[in-house]
Amino acid sequence: MTARVGIVLFPGTNCELDVAWAVEQLGGDAEMLWHADDTVRGVDAVVVPGGFAHGDYLRTGAIARFSPVMRGVTDFAAAGGPVVGICNGFQVLTEAGLLPGALQKNVGLSFLCQTVELRVETNASVLTRLATPGAVLRVPINHFEGNYVCDDATLRELREQDRIVLRYVQNPNGSRDDIAGIANESGNVVGLMPHPERASDVLLGSDDGVVLLRSVLAAAEDASVSRVSA
Amino acid sequence: MKFVARIDVSHLPGVLDPQGATVERALPALGYHNVEEVSIGKTIRLVVDADTAEAARAEVDEMCRRLLANPVIEQYTISIEELVTT
Repeated sequence: MTARVGIVLFPGTNCELDVAWAVEQLGGDAEMLWHADDTVRGVDAVVVPGGFAHGDYLRTGAIARFSPVMRGVTDFAAAGGPVVGICNGFQVLTEAGLLPGALQKNVGLSFLCQTVELRVETNASVLTRLATPGAVLRVPINHFEGNYVCDDATLRELREQDRIVLRYVQNPNGSRDDIAGIANESGNVVGLMPHPERASDVLLGSDDGVVLLRSVLAAAEDASVSRVSA
Repeated sequence: MKFVARIDVSHLPGVLDPQGATVERALPALGYHNVEEVSIGKTIRLVVDADTAEAARAEVDEMCRRLLANPVIEQYTISIEELVTT
């Protein structure tokens, strides 16, 4: 059964077609989810893609979290559905309280657009279930506010519960504990600053993001099967 | 009654403030070697209709918690004054 991946579209989102292309290359069905609809329309996985949702006014993701579609995404996440926030999508998920911490301006105040090395820290997440812990992936980043911040108690919890999904090999933005991506308690909601969809074909310079996207599709297929058999 | 609320949003102590740090490094280049603790936040001004100043403050505080500030990285102070129309 083909996995249906819903891609959330806010005004100002700009990576939705890249994600859709990558999902379809890998055999999934991509479907746009409009921010003003309060449903995820029965998809098997949700991706909140990169961009500048609602202009990133006030703070990145601060307005987007109140969009009607986020009610659908929150319910879907609570039911165990796979949800991945990429870049601005990660910022939206933290503002929405689906993931802890916050993302603030990069140390050095530079907009960073470069390929970085990421170390897979766990395979206990919908983004990394097919990846090998310890593997290093080359994936682009493209952000001004990717500096992950959280308090000591949150960091301890993330470490103890194996929820740090990806770390930068060389920290480009000042993120606490070199964090590039984290998961919620059950591993079904993941946020990351790097863009796996931009590393989904050798023609793009790297296809190291494929294992991450395939992981999401595999999680989506499981979600789909369990819904049919339930 | 209408009240003017001024909300001062700044970084929580201990949270790195990249803008403040950059400006702190820039000022000595202009000869100001006597500056420290530069912090950059934002000011939000709004007019709110409420029965009393206390009610206005309570409502603005709720707005801060829900939207205007992110308690994970930011703190805020609120000042409330009656709107004076000339």
